[in-house]
Amino acid sequence: MATTEILLAGFGGQGILFAGKILAYCGLTDGKELSWLPSYGPEMRGGTCNCSVCISDKPIGSPLVLTPDILIAMNQPSFDKFVKEVRPGGKVFYDSTLIEADCDRTDIELFGIPSQQLADDNALRGGSNIILLGKLIKETELFSVETMKKGIEKVVPPSKAALIPNNFKAIEIGMSN
Amino acid sequence: MERNLMKGNEALAEAAIRAGCKCFFGYPITPQTELAAYMAKRMHKAGGVFLQAESEIAAVNMVLGAASTGVRAMTSSSSPGVSLKSEGVSYIAGSDLPAVIINVQRGGPGLGGIQPSQADYWQATKALGHGDFQLIVYAPASVQEMVDFVVKAFDRADKYRMPAMILADGLLGQMMEPVSFPEINADAYDKSSWAADGHKFKREHHIINSLYLKPDELENSIVERYKRYDIIKETETDAELYLTEDCDILLCAFGATARVVKSAVNDARALGIKAGLFRPKTLWPFPVKEINEAAKTAKTLLSVEMSMGQMVDDIRLAINCSRPVEFYGRTGGVIPTPAEVLEQIKRIGGTL
Repeated sequence: MATTEILLAGFGGQGILFAGKILAYCGLTDGKELSWLPSYGPEMRGGTCNCSVCISDKPIGSPLVLTPDILIAMNQPSFDKFVKEVRPGGKVFYDSTLIEADCDRTDIELFGIPSQQLADDNALRGGSNIILLGKLIKETELFSVETMKKGIEKVVPPSKAALIPNNFKAIEIGMSN
Repeated sequence: MERNLMKGNEALAEAAIRAGCKCFFGYPITPQTELAAYMAKRMHKAGGVFLQAESEIAAVNMVLGAASTGVRAMTSSSSPGVSLKSEGVSYIAGSDLPAVIINVQRGGPGLGGIQPSQADYWQATKALGHGDFQLIVYAPASVQEMVDFVVKAFDRADKYRMPAMILADGLLGQMMEPVSFPEINADAYDKSSWAADGHKFKREHHIINSLYLKPDELENSIVERYKRYDIIKETETDAELYLTEDCDILLCAFGATARVVKSAVNDARALGIKAGLFRPKTLWPFPVKEINEAAKTAKTLLSVEMSMGQMVDDIRLAINCSRPVEFYGRTGGVIPTPAEVLEQIKRIGGTL
Protein backbone atom coordinates (compact mmCIF):
# COMPACT_ATOMS: atom_id res chain seq x y z
CA MET A 1 0.00 0.00 0.00
CA ALA A 2 1.30 3.43 -0.90
CA THR A 3 0.70 6.25 1.52
CA THR A 4 -2.95 7.24 1.91
CA GLU A 5 -3.27 10.91 2.76
CA ILE A 6 -6.50 11.91 4.47
CA LEU A 7 -7.73 15.41 5.24
CA LEU A 8 -10.64 15.99 7.62
CA ALA A 9 -12.11 19.47 7.77
CA GLY A 10 -15.07 21.25 9.31
CA PHE A 11 -16.08 23.56 12.14
CA GLY A 12 -14.48 23.37 15.56
CA GLY A 13 -16.72 21.16 17.72
CA GLN A 14 -17.83 18.77 14.95
CA GLY A 15 -15.34 16.15 16.07
CA ILE A 16 -12.82 16.59 13.26
CA LEU A 17 -9.79 15.87 15.43
CA PHE A 18 -11.65 13.03 17.17
CA ALA A 19 -12.49 11.34 13.86
CA GLY A 20 -8.88 11.82 12.75
CA LYS A 21 -7.69 10.19 15.95
CA ILE A 22 -9.89 7.17 15.30
CA LEU A 23 -8.30 6.78 11.85
CA ALA A 24 -4.84 7.13 13.42
CA TYR A 25 -5.63 4.43 15.98
CA CYS A 26 -6.96 2.21 13.17
CA GLY A 27 -3.53 2.55 11.55
CA LEU A 28 -1.84 1.68 14.84
CA THR A 29 -4.15 -1.34 15.28
CA ASP A 30 -3.26 -2.63 11.82
CA GLY A 31 0.49 -2.17 12.45
CA LYS A 32 0.83 0.62 9.89
CA GLU A 33 3.03 3.69 9.89
CA LEU A 34 0.94 6.78 10.48
CA SER A 35 0.87 10.42 11.45
CA TRP A 36 -1.87 12.71 12.81
CA LEU A 37 -1.44 16.45 12.62
CA PRO A 38 -4.10 18.89 13.84
CA SER A 39 -4.49 22.51 12.94
CA TYR A 40 -3.90 24.40 16.15
CA GLY A 41 -4.38 27.99 17.17
CA PRO A 42 -7.23 30.37 16.40
CA GLU A 43 -9.23 27.77 14.48
CA MET A 44 -9.46 25.56 17.58
CA ARG A 45 -11.27 28.40 19.33
CA GLY A 46 -14.14 28.41 16.83
CA GLY A 47 -14.07 28.69 13.07
CA THR A 48 -12.66 26.10 10.69
CA CYS A 49 -10.62 23.19 11.91
CA ASN A 50 -8.73 20.53 10.03
CA CYS A 51 -6.63 17.49 10.60
CA SER A 52 -4.09 15.61 8.44
CA VAL A 53 -3.80 11.84 8.76
CA CYS A 54 -1.29 9.75 6.77
CA ILE A 55 -1.43 5.94 6.73
CA SER A 56 1.32 3.93 5.06
CA ASP A 57 3.48 0.82 5.07
CA LYS A 58 6.57 3.03 4.93
CA PRO A 59 7.75 5.80 7.29
CA ILE A 60 5.74 9.00 6.76
CA GLY A 61 7.57 11.92 5.13
CA SER A 62 5.79 15.24 5.43
CA PRO A 63 2.80 14.78 7.79
CA LEU A 64 1.03 17.82 6.34
CA VAL A 65 -1.65 16.74 3.85
CA LEU A 66 -1.93 19.23 0.98
CA THR A 67 -3.31 16.99 -1.79
CA PRO A 68 -5.50 14.40 -0.04
CA ASP A 69 -6.43 11.00 -1.44
CA ILE A 70 -9.44 11.14 0.87
CA LEU A 71 -11.26 14.28 1.99
CA ILE A 72 -13.85 14.26 4.75
CA ALA A 73 -15.65 17.61 4.66
CA MET A 74 -18.17 18.64 7.30
CA ASN A 75 -18.94 22.23 6.34
CA GLN A 76 -19.32 24.30 3.18
CA PRO A 77 -16.17 26.44 3.48
CA SER A 78 -14.03 23.31 4.00
CA PHE A 79 -15.64 21.52 1.05
CA ASP A 80 -15.20 24.53 -1.25
CA LYS A 81 -11.61 25.08 -0.16
CA PHE A 82 -10.28 21.53 -0.23
CA VAL A 83 -12.26 19.75 -2.97
CA LYS A 84 -10.01 21.50 -5.51
CA GLU A 85 -6.93 19.98 -3.86
CA VAL A 86 -8.06 16.33 -3.88
CA ARG A 87 -5.69 14.13 -5.89
CA PRO A 88 -7.15 12.74 -9.17
CA GLY A 89 -8.77 9.39 -8.38
CA GLY A 90 -9.42 10.57 -4.84
CA LYS A 91 -12.62 10.24 -2.82
CA VAL A 92 -14.60 12.93 -1.03
CA PHE A 93 -16.99 12.16 1.83
CA TYR A 94 -19.23 14.99 2.92
CA ASP A 95 -22.29 15.82 4.97
CA SER A 96 -25.02 16.65 2.46
CA THR A 97 -27.18 18.14 5.24
CA LEU A 98 -24.82 21.09 5.51
CA ILE A 99 -23.00 21.06 2.17
CA GLU A 100 -24.18 21.82 -1.31
CA ALA A 101 -21.68 20.02 -3.50
CA ASP A 102 -21.00 22.47 -6.27
CA CYS A 103 -18.13 20.72 -8.00
CA ASP A 104 -17.59 19.93 -11.68
CA ARG A 105 -14.58 17.65 -11.25
CA THR A 106 -14.99 14.29 -12.96
CA ASP A 107 -11.65 12.83 -11.87
CA ILE A 108 -12.73 12.31 -8.26
CA GLU A 109 -15.61 10.44 -6.60
CA LEU A 110 -18.07 12.29 -4.38
CA PHE A 111 -19.94 10.47 -1.62
CA GLY A 112 -22.47 12.75 0.06
CA ILE A 113 -24.70 11.44 2.85
CA PRO A 114 -26.92 13.51 5.16
CA SER A 115 -24.82 12.53 8.17
CA GLN A 116 -26.05 15.38 10.39
CA GLN A 117 -29.66 14.52 9.64
CA LEU A 118 -29.02 10.79 10.16
CA ALA A 119 -27.37 11.54 13.50
CA ASP A 120 -30.35 13.64 14.61
CA ASP A 121 -32.90 11.04 13.41
CA ASN A 122 -31.14 8.29 15.38
CA ALA A 123 -30.59 10.27 18.57
CA LEU A 124 -26.83 10.25 17.98
CA ARG A 125 -26.03 13.83 18.80
CA GLY A 126 -22.51 14.68 17.63
CA GLY A 127 -22.29 11.42 15.68
CA SER A 128 -22.15 12.96 12.20
CA ASN A 129 -18.37 12.58 12.04
CA ILE A 130 -18.53 8.87 12.91
CA ILE A 131 -21.32 8.27 10.38
CA LEU A 132 -18.99 9.69 7.72
CA LEU A 133 -16.25 7.30 8.90
CA GLY A 134 -18.73 4.43 8.40
CA LYS A 135 -19.32 5.60 4.84
CA LEU A 136 -15.55 5.86 4.35
CA ILE A 137 -14.85 2.24 5.28
CA LYS A 138 -17.73 1.09 3.09
CA GLU A 139 -16.37 2.84 0.00
CA THR A 140 -12.62 2.24 0.50
CA GLU A 141 -10.34 -0.67 1.39
CA LEU A 142 -8.59 1.36 4.06
CA PHE A 143 -9.78 -0.40 7.24
CA SER A 144 -12.12 -3.22 8.25
CA VAL A 145 -15.12 -2.66 10.53
CA GLU A 146 -13.33 -4.63 13.25
CA THR A 147 -10.32 -2.33 13.04
CA MET A 148 -12.60 0.71 13.13
CA LYS A 149 -14.34 -0.57 16.25
CA LYS A 150 -11.00 -1.16 17.96
CA GLY A 151 -9.96 2.37 16.98
CA ILE A 152 -13.12 3.80 18.55
CA GLU A 153 -12.58 1.82 21.76
CA LYS A 154 -9.10 3.30 22.06
CA VAL A 155 -10.07 6.91 21.41
CA VAL A 156 -13.20 7.17 23.55
CA PRO A 157 -11.94 8.03 27.07
CA PRO A 158 -12.78 5.52 29.86
CA SER A 159 -15.06 8.10 31.52
CA LYS A 160 -17.24 8.11 28.41
CA ALA A 161 -17.10 4.36 27.67
CA ALA A 162 -20.92 4.27 27.79
CA LEU A 163 -20.90 6.13 24.46
CA ILE A 164 -19.00 3.39 22.61
CA PRO A 165 -22.18 1.52 21.49
CA ASN A 166 -23.51 4.79 20.04
CA ASN A 167 -20.33 5.18 18.02
CA PHE A 168 -20.64 1.59 16.74
CA LYS A 169 -24.23 2.36 15.75
CA ALA A 170 -23.06 5.48 13.90
CA ILE A 171 -20.55 3.37 11.95
CA GLU A 172 -23.33 0.95 10.96
CA ILE A 173 -25.57 3.82 9.83
CA GLY A 174 -22.74 5.24 7.73
CA MET A 175 -22.13 1.85 6.14
CA SER A 176 -25.77 1.32 5.22
CA ASN A 177 -26.23 4.69 3.53
CA MET B 1 8.20 -3.07 21.80
CA GLU B 2 4.76 -1.62 22.45
CA ARG B 3 3.74 1.15 20.07
CA ASN B 4 1.89 4.04 21.67
CA LEU B 5 0.18 6.85 19.80
CA MET B 6 1.12 10.17 21.35
CA LYS B 7 1.62 13.83 20.56
CA GLY B 8 5.25 14.91 20.36
CA ASN B 9 4.87 17.20 23.36
CA GLU B 10 3.34 14.43 25.49
CA ALA B 11 5.78 11.75 24.37
CA LEU B 12 8.70 14.02 25.23
CA ALA B 13 7.24 14.66 28.69
CA GLU B 14 6.69 10.94 29.32
CA ALA B 15 10.25 10.16 28.19
CA ALA B 16 11.66 12.84 30.50
CA ILE B 17 9.84 11.32 33.47
CA ARG B 18 11.10 7.86 32.54
CA ALA B 19 14.60 9.34 32.20
CA GLY B 20 14.44 10.26 35.87
CA CYS B 21 13.45 13.92 35.57
CA LYS B 22 12.33 14.75 39.12
CA CYS B 23 11.64 18.47 38.74
CA PHE B 24 9.73 20.23 35.99
CA PHE B 25 9.21 23.97 36.11
CA GLY B 26 7.27 25.62 33.33
CA TYR B 27 4.91 28.25 32.14
CA PRO B 28 2.26 27.73 29.44
CA ILE B 29 2.82 28.86 25.87
CA THR B 30 1.51 27.59 22.53
CA PRO B 31 2.59 25.27 20.91
CA GLN B 32 4.31 23.67 23.88
CA THR B 33 1.54 23.66 26.49
CA GLU B 34 0.64 19.94 26.22
CA LEU B 35 4.11 19.17 27.53
CA ALA B 36 3.56 21.10 30.75
CA ALA B 37 -0.01 19.80 31.02
CA TYR B 38 1.22 16.22 30.76
CA MET B 39 3.82 16.90 33.43
CA ALA B 40 1.15 18.40 35.68
CA LYS B 41 -0.88 15.21 35.34
CA ARG B 42 1.91 12.64 35.64
CA MET B 43 4.84 14.08 37.56
CA HIS B 44 3.48 13.79 41.10
CA LYS B 45 2.51 10.15 40.48
CA ALA B 46 6.11 9.53 39.42
CA GLY B 47 7.41 10.96 42.68
CA GLY B 48 8.59 14.25 41.24
CA VAL B 49 7.69 17.90 41.36
CA PHE B 50 5.65 19.82 38.80
CA LEU B 51 5.45 23.52 39.38
CA GLN B 52 3.89 26.16 37.19
CA ALA B 53 6.05 29.17 37.94
CA GLU B 54 4.95 32.79 37.81
CA SER B 55 7.04 33.36 34.69
CA GLU B 56 9.55 31.73 32.36
CA ILE B 57 12.38 33.49 34.19
CA ALA B 58 11.27 32.06 37.52
CA ALA B 59 10.94 28.59 35.98
CA VAL B 60 14.48 28.47 34.59
CA ASN B 61 15.93 29.71 37.87
CA MET B 62 14.04 26.97 39.70
CA VAL B 63 15.77 24.56 37.32
CA LEU B 64 19.09 26.10 38.33
CA GLY B 65 18.22 25.52 41.99
CA ALA B 66 17.01 21.95 41.50
CA ALA B 67 19.97 21.02 39.27
CA SER B 68 22.31 22.32 42.00
CA THR B 69 21.16 19.47 44.23
CA GLY B 70 21.98 16.91 41.54
CA VAL B 71 18.45 15.92 40.54
CA ARG B 72 17.43 15.80 36.92
CA ALA B 73 15.53 19.00 36.15
CA MET B 74 13.88 20.41 33.05
CA THR B 75 11.97 23.38 31.75
CA SER B 76 10.15 23.85 28.47
CA SER B 77 8.78 26.72 26.49
CA SER B 78 8.40 28.12 23.00
CA SER B 79 10.47 30.80 21.32
CA PRO B 80 9.50 34.03 23.16
CA GLY B 81 9.58 32.15 26.46
CA VAL B 82 13.01 30.71 25.70
CA SER B 83 14.35 34.22 25.15
CA LEU B 84 13.18 35.03 28.68
CA LYS B 85 15.05 31.99 29.98
CA SER B 86 18.34 33.00 28.43
CA GLU B 87 19.76 34.63 31.57
CA GLY B 88 19.09 31.52 33.64
CA VAL B 89 20.56 29.23 30.98
CA SER B 90 23.77 31.27 31.04
CA TYR B 91 23.92 30.91 34.85
CA ILE B 92 23.33 27.14 34.56
CA ALA B 93 26.18 26.86 32.06
CA GLY B 94 28.41 29.11 34.18
CA SER B 95 27.70 26.95 37.23
CA ASP B 96 28.50 23.72 35.35
CA LEU B 97 25.06 22.27 36.04
CA PRO B 98 23.26 19.60 34.04
CA ALA B 99 19.76 20.59 32.91
CA VAL B 100 17.47 20.09 29.94
CA ILE B 101 15.70 22.94 28.17
CA ILE B 102 13.01 22.33 25.58
CA ASN B 103 12.15 24.80 22.84
CA VAL B 104 9.06 23.91 20.76
CA GLN B 105 9.69 26.71 18.30
CA ARG B 106 7.10 29.10 16.87
CA GLY B 107 7.48 32.06 14.56
CA GLY B 108 9.37 35.15 15.72
CA PRO B 109 10.76 37.72 16.36
CA GLY B 110 8.82 39.29 19.18
CA LEU B 111 5.60 37.47 19.97
CA GLY B 112 5.69 36.37 16.33
CA GLY B 113 3.08 33.70 15.65
CA ILE B 114 2.13 30.30 16.98
CA GLN B 115 2.83 28.15 13.91
CA PRO B 116 6.00 26.02 13.49
CA SER B 117 9.35 27.70 12.88
CA GLN B 118 13.08 27.00 13.04
CA ALA B 119 14.18 30.60 13.43
CA ASP B 120 15.77 30.00 16.85
CA TYR B 121 18.68 28.05 15.31
CA TRP B 122 21.10 30.90 15.90
CA GLN B 123 19.84 31.44 19.43
CA ALA B 124 20.20 27.74 20.31
CA THR B 125 23.58 27.10 18.68
CA LYS B 126 25.34 30.45 19.06
CA ALA B 127 24.03 32.60 21.86
CA LEU B 128 21.36 31.39 24.27
CA GLY B 129 22.58 33.89 26.87
CA HIS B 130 25.67 35.95 27.55
CA GLY B 131 29.22 34.72 27.95
CA ASP B 132 31.42 31.97 26.56
CA PHE B 133 29.30 28.84 26.59
CA GLN B 134 27.48 26.28 24.49
CA LEU B 135 24.56 23.93 24.91
CA ILE B 136 24.36 20.52 23.30
CA VAL B 137 21.45 20.99 20.88
CA TYR B 138 19.41 18.07 19.55
CA ALA B 139 17.01 18.43 16.61
CA PRO B 140 14.37 15.68 16.56
CA ALA B 141 12.47 14.98 13.33
CA SER B 142 9.84 12.56 14.64
CA VAL B 143 7.86 11.87 17.78
CA GLN B 144 10.16 8.88 18.40
CA GLU B 145 13.18 11.19 18.30
CA MET B 146 11.45 13.58 20.73
CA VAL B 147 11.63 10.59 23.10
CA ASP B 148 15.08 9.30 22.20
CA PHE B 149 16.77 12.71 22.22
CA VAL B 150 15.38 13.86 25.56
CA VAL B 151 16.72 10.65 27.10
CA LYS B 152 20.08 11.36 25.50
CA ALA B 153 19.96 15.03 26.51
CA PHE B 154 19.57 14.12 30.20
CA ASP B 155 22.40 11.63 29.90
CA ARG B 156 24.84 13.98 28.17
CA ALA B 157 23.89 16.91 30.42
CA ASP B 158 24.93 14.79 33.40
CA LYS B 159 28.00 13.40 31.67
CA TYR B 160 29.40 16.80 30.73
CA ARG B 161 27.73 18.86 33.48
CA MET B 162 26.16 21.33 31.09
CA PRO B 163 22.74 22.31 29.77
CA ALA B 164 21.33 20.43 26.79
CA MET B 165 18.48 21.57 24.58
CA ILE B 166 15.85 19.88 22.44
CA LEU B 167 15.14 22.24 19.55
CA ALA B 168 11.77 21.05 18.29
CA ASP B 169 8.99 22.98 16.57
CA GLY B 170 5.22 23.32 16.69
CA LEU B 171 4.68 20.63 14.08
CA LEU B 172 6.62 17.99 16.03
CA GLY B 173 5.01 19.10 19.28
CA GLN B 174 1.46 18.84 17.95
CA MET B 175 1.61 15.76 15.72
CA MET B 176 0.89 12.20 16.85
CA GLU B 177 2.94 9.23 15.68
CA PRO B 178 3.55 5.73 17.02
CA VAL B 179 6.27 5.79 19.63
CA SER B 180 8.03 3.28 21.91
CA PHE B 181 9.85 4.02 25.14
CA PRO B 182 13.35 2.60 25.65
CA GLU B 183 14.79 1.21 28.88
CA ILE B 184 16.58 4.01 30.70
CA ASN B 185 19.29 4.10 33.38
CA ALA B 186 18.74 7.42 35.14
CA ASP B 187 21.47 6.92 37.73
CA ALA B 188 24.48 6.44 35.51
CA TYR B 189 26.48 9.35 36.95
CA ASP B 190 27.79 9.94 40.46
CA LYS B 191 27.12 13.55 41.48
CA SER B 192 28.32 13.26 45.08
CA SER B 193 31.48 15.29 44.41
CA TRP B 194 29.62 18.49 43.57
CA ALA B 195 25.88 18.32 44.32
CA ALA B 196 24.71 20.79 46.97
CA ASP B 197 22.36 18.30 48.58
CA GLY B 198 23.13 18.85 52.27
CA HIS B 199 26.51 18.13 53.89
CA LYS B 200 25.02 16.91 57.21
CA PHE B 201 28.33 17.98 58.86
CA LYS B 202 30.03 15.05 57.17
CA ARG B 203 31.81 16.85 54.35
CA GLU B 204 32.86 20.30 53.15
CA HIS B 205 30.28 22.63 51.66
CA HIS B 206 29.61 22.23 47.96
CA ILE B 207 29.25 25.65 46.43
CA ILE B 208 27.38 26.24 43.18
CA ASN B 209 28.54 29.52 41.72
CA SER B 210 29.04 31.39 38.47
CA LEU B 211 30.72 34.51 39.91
CA TYR B 212 34.52 34.85 39.68
CA LEU B 213 35.83 38.30 40.55
CA LYS B 214 39.41 37.37 39.64
CA PRO B 215 39.72 37.36 35.84
CA ASP B 216 42.33 34.58 35.75
CA GLU B 217 40.09 32.27 37.78
CA LEU B 218 37.15 32.99 35.49
CA GLU B 219 39.37 32.43 32.47
CA ASN B 220 40.54 29.08 33.88
CA SER B 221 36.98 27.93 34.48
CA ILE B 222 36.03 28.81 30.90
CA VAL B 223 39.11 27.18 29.38
CA GLU B 224 38.38 24.02 31.37
CA ARG B 225 34.79 24.08 30.06
CA TYR B 226 36.00 24.50 26.48
CA LYS B 227 38.20 21.41 26.84
CA ARG B 228 34.99 19.49 27.48
CA TYR B 229 33.43 21.18 24.44
CA ASP B 230 36.35 19.88 22.34
CA ILE B 231 35.61 16.31 23.46
CA ILE B 232 31.92 16.84 22.68
CA LYS B 233 32.70 18.16 19.19
CA GLU B 234 34.83 15.07 18.62
CA THR B 235 32.42 12.47 19.97
CA GLU B 236 28.83 13.68 20.11
CA THR B 237 27.96 14.70 16.54
CA ASP B 238 25.12 12.78 14.93
CA ALA B 239 23.44 12.98 11.54
CA GLU B 240 21.29 11.01 9.11
CA LEU B 241 22.62 10.55 5.57
CA TYR B 242 19.93 9.63 3.04
CA LEU B 243 20.75 8.73 -0.58
CA THR B 244 24.00 10.70 -0.37
CA GLU B 245 26.33 8.04 -1.86
CA ASP B 246 26.15 9.38 -5.43
CA CYS B 247 24.30 12.67 -5.01
CA ASP B 248 24.84 15.70 -7.25
CA ILE B 249 22.68 17.92 -5.05
CA LEU B 250 22.90 17.58 -1.29
CA LEU B 251 19.91 18.97 0.56
CA CYS B 252 20.50 19.94 4.17
CA ALA B 253 17.60 20.16 6.59
CA PHE B 254 16.86 19.41 10.22
CA GLY B 255 13.76 18.72 12.30
CA ALA B 256 10.31 18.69 10.73
CA THR B 257 11.65 20.35 7.57
CA ALA B 258 13.83 17.30 6.92
CA ARG B 259 10.67 15.20 6.52
CA VAL B 260 9.34 17.55 3.84
CA VAL B 261 12.76 17.51 2.15
CA LYS B 262 12.98 13.71 2.27
CA SER B 263 9.70 13.51 0.34
CA ALA B 264 11.11 15.99 -2.21
CA VAL B 265 14.37 14.01 -2.51
CA ASN B 266 12.39 10.85 -3.26
CA ASP B 267 10.38 12.75 -5.90
CA ALA B 268 13.61 14.11 -7.43
CA ARG B 269 15.14 10.62 -7.57
CA ALA B 270 12.00 9.41 -9.39
CA LEU B 271 12.74 12.11 -12.01
CA GLY B 272 16.34 10.90 -12.33
CA ILE B 273 17.90 13.80 -10.41
CA LYS B 274 20.56 12.60 -8.02
CA ALA B 275 19.51 14.32 -4.84
CA GLY B 276 20.43 13.34 -1.28
CA LEU B 277 19.65 14.53 2.22
CA PHE B 278 21.94 15.44 5.09
CA ARG B 279 20.00 15.77 8.33
CA PRO B 280 21.93 16.95 11.40
CA LYS B 281 20.54 15.41 14.59
CA THR B 282 22.93 17.51 16.68
CA LEU B 283 22.97 21.20 15.73
CA TRP B 284 25.69 21.93 18.27
CA PRO B 285 28.10 20.32 17.84
CA PHE B 286 27.49 20.61 14.09
CA PRO B 287 28.23 17.27 12.36
CA VAL B 288 31.23 18.45 10.33
CA LYS B 289 32.65 14.98 9.54
CA GLU B 290 29.22 13.70 8.58
CA ILE B 291 28.37 16.54 6.19
CA ASN B 292 31.71 16.20 4.43
CA GLU B 293 31.04 12.48 4.02
CA ALA B 294 27.54 13.24 2.69
CA ALA B 295 28.79 15.96 0.34
CA LYS B 296 31.62 13.88 -1.21
CA THR B 297 30.07 13.75 -4.67
CA ALA B 298 27.82 16.81 -4.40
CA LYS B 299 28.30 19.75 -6.75
CA THR B 300 25.84 22.01 -4.96
CA LEU B 301 24.33 22.07 -1.48
CA LEU B 302 20.87 23.40 -0.69
CA SER B 303 19.81 24.25 2.83
CA VAL B 304 16.05 24.15 3.41
CA GLU B 305 14.78 25.69 6.62
CA MET B 306 11.77 27.26 8.29
CA SER B 307 13.74 30.49 8.73
CA MET B 308 15.59 32.98 6.54
CA GLY B 309 18.60 30.67 6.35
CA GLN B 310 20.24 30.42 9.74
CA MET B 311 22.05 27.11 9.12
CA VAL B 312 23.64 28.19 5.83
CA ASP B 313 26.80 29.66 7.37
CA ASP B 314 27.45 26.55 9.48
CA ILE B 315 27.23 24.44 6.32
CA ARG B 316 29.62 26.76 4.45
CA LEU B 317 32.11 26.61 7.32
CA ALA B 318 31.79 22.84 7.66
CA ILE B 319 32.64 22.25 3.99
CA ASN B 320 35.17 25.09 3.99
CA CYS B 321 33.19 26.92 1.26
CA SER B 322 34.33 24.22 -1.18
CA ARG B 323 30.96 24.16 -3.00
CA PRO B 324 28.13 26.66 -3.41
CA VAL B 325 25.52 26.50 -0.64
CA GLU B 326 22.12 27.70 -1.78
CA PHE B 327 19.09 28.35 0.36
CA TYR B 328 15.35 27.88 0.22
CA GLY B 329 13.08 28.57 3.15
CA ARG B 330 9.70 29.66 4.40
CA THR B 331 9.38 31.57 7.61
CA GLY B 332 6.91 33.13 10.03
CA GLY B 333 5.12 29.82 10.61
CA VAL B 334 4.77 28.71 6.98
CA ILE B 335 5.84 25.10 6.33
CA PRO B 336 7.57 24.52 2.97
CA THR B 337 5.87 21.91 0.77
CA PRO B 338 7.60 18.97 -0.95
CA ALA B 339 6.51 20.48 -4.31
CA GLU B 340 8.23 23.79 -3.55
CA VAL B 341 11.43 22.03 -2.54
CA LEU B 342 11.29 19.85 -5.65
CA GLU B 343 11.07 23.01 -7.79
CA GLN B 344 14.28 24.25 -6.17
CA ILE B 345 15.99 20.90 -6.77
CA LYS B 346 14.94 21.03 -10.43
CA ARG B 347 16.14 24.63 -10.73
CA ILE B 348 19.56 23.71 -9.40
CA GLY B 349 19.60 20.37 -11.24
CA GLY B 350 19.07 22.21 -14.50
CA THR B 351 22.15 24.38 -14.01
CA LEU B 352 24.56 21.54 -13.23
